[in-house]
Amino acid sequence: MIEIKNLHKSYPIGKDSLHVLKGIDLHIREGEFVSIMGSSGSGKSTLLNIVGLLDEHDEGDYYLNGQLIKNLNEKKAAILRNKFLGFVFQSFNLISYKTALENVALPLYYKGVSRRERLKTAMEYLDKVGLKDWANHLPSELSGGQKQRVAIARALVTKPKVVLADEPTGALDSTTTDSVMDLLKDINDEGMTVFVITHEEEVAAQTKRVVRLKDGVIISDELTKKATQSA
Amino acid sequence: MKFLFDSDTWQEIYGSIRKNKLRTFITILGVWWGIFLLVALLGAARGMENGFNKLFGNFATNSVFVWTQSTDTPFKGFQKGRRLRLKLSDIEILKQEFSSEIKLLAPRNQTNNLIIKDFKSGNFNVSGDYPVLDKIQKKNLLYGRFINENDILSEAKVCVIAEDIYKQLFDKNVNPIGEYIKINSINYKVVGVYQPSNGISFDGDAAYIPFTTFQKVYNRANKIDWMMITANDGVDIKQMEQDILLTLKNLHKVHPEDSRAFGSVNLGVEIGKVTGFLTGMQFLTWFVGIATLIAGVFAIGNILLITVKERTKEIGIRRAIGATPKEIRQQVILESVFLTTIAGMLGIFFGAVVLYVIDTLFGQGEDAALVNPTVNIPIILIAFTILIVLGTLIGMIPAYMATIIKPIEALREE
Repeated sequence: MIEIKNLHKSYPIGKDSLHVLKGIDLHIREGEFVSIMGSSGSGKSTLLNIVGLLDEHDEGDYYLNGQLIKNLNEKKAAILRNKFLGFVFQSFNLISYKTALENVALPLYYKGVSRRERLKTAMEYLDKVGLKDWANHLPSELSGGQKQRVAIARALVTKPKVVLADEPTGALDSTTTDSVMDLLKDINDEGMTVFVITHEEEVAAQTKRVVRLKDGVIISDELTKKATQSA
Repeated sequence: MKFLFDSDTWQEIYGSIRKNKLRTFITILGVWWGIFLLVALLGAARGMENGFNKLFGNFATNSVFVWTQSTDTPFKGFQKGRRLRLKLSDIEILKQEFSSEIKLLAPRNQTNNLIIKDFKSGNFNVSGDYPVLDKIQKKNLLYGRFINENDILSEAKVCVIAEDIYKQLFDKNVNPIGEYIKINSINYKVVGVYQPSNGISFDGDAAYIPFTTFQKVYNRANKIDWMMITANDGVDIKQMEQDILLTLKNLHKVHPEDSRAFGSVNLGVEIGKVTGFLTGMQFLTWFVGIATLIAGVFAIGNILLITVKERTKEIGIRRAIGATPKEIRQQVILESVFLTTIAGMLGIFFGAVVLYVIDTLFGQGEDAALVNPTVNIPIILIAFTILIVLGTLIGMIPAYMATIIKPIEALREE
């Protein structure tokens, strides 16, 4: 599903450049539940941005769903994002003046789905995350956990190949963290590839495979107990 | 083009407009004010123009007035400073010499007298005139008739009085026709009452008596004060005025270069000056209106640009979930065009309302300052089109700004 070979990325800072990713090799198969662990500055967010086609890599190869990602223009990137990827952000990133339902339906709008179809599908996904009764509420009327579940519903609504979650529980307390992780686990159980970035051990422990990143290189890549349990 | 007719596009625009009511309001206000000013100013300028036209309306606009003063150049043995007097014989000569140019010629004599009716009295202008005056300066008669040829021939003691004289000297609801009034201790029968025009008048609230009667009563013999001349269509009035003056100078043994001996006013030339002023004003109106309009459109662009910065994150989110740069651009441009259109329509509407109010307050009645203040529909449409084109162009700047931001930068944690 995701195949990365010898990936390099550096950011220019003044005259110097900061080498963030120093040769990453990573292979994620369909249906995996992977977490990238690392302290801040380890390069995990950069990795997610590149995987999520929000940023470009400098060197190395990246295949998404078997397609080589190279020299993408914004339009192609947008279409690929809409088709293959679903995003869940730490700060939820819901559009504040749209209701939960409209937020979930928005990716379908850019996919060109009709309004009626869009709202129907969005409602199904809201139901799936247990927020059917909150469909017509604005994000400001929802709790953090609820917002993140709306964001997850939005990430899923286009039936992507991979869900990319950037610190999905970073802004949540432990109870809601668990409920969000349970939701991601359910999604994974249905066969979706889930790619989580976190710095919390407890969160990583609930995924099936943990990749540890330090100073731009992978220092360990192992399956967790969960994986062995379910296997 | 399909996206224009897609209800979803409009749903998106409605959402983002509704979100920021203040922003939308200020944006609309800028353009609204511009087009409102343009419409209101153009309408007011037109109203003023109509008002001026009405002012001249009762006069034949190709009129020349000639009177005498005193010479400023010695000539043929006469010293300078000689007072001149127009004579009836001059009139006959002018009529013959300029038979093809002159349409109407009215010699005029005027004085000021006490007019008495029973126990009421007042001082008014008294004017000796031929019936032709009614053709040069139309008299709006309320009662009776104007002086006719019979009055002239018979030197009748009849008069046509202004409405104000009638009001001052007569009781209410009394029919003045056939009544007698005393002018300078001589009885005259009232044959008509007229309403003076609001436009230019040289007579004020005058009582008109037959020219021949005037000459006899006031002992003027063949002397006249001044004359009004109108030209036939297609005659160069300026040239005619000069030729007439030259003829008069010759008749009165005045140096041809004498500039003071005869005074004259050419109404056509005077009207031309006013028309020039009005054209200047209309130009100014356009200039001010369009400048305001452009300022308004720039205000929209500016506010949209701020909005785009404000909405960077939202645009980032939209792009992360699959909006292409084109779709973002379309939305911002359409928002700008939509706002300018709405603002423009509101501006035209309020401009029309203001013109209507002006018309009701100042445009009615005889002494209206602004008459029928209107703006041509094509002018409105042109202004409107310019507005929408500007709206589109200016909308492109924030639209471009919205798409050069990388989604990753837009989404970066605040």
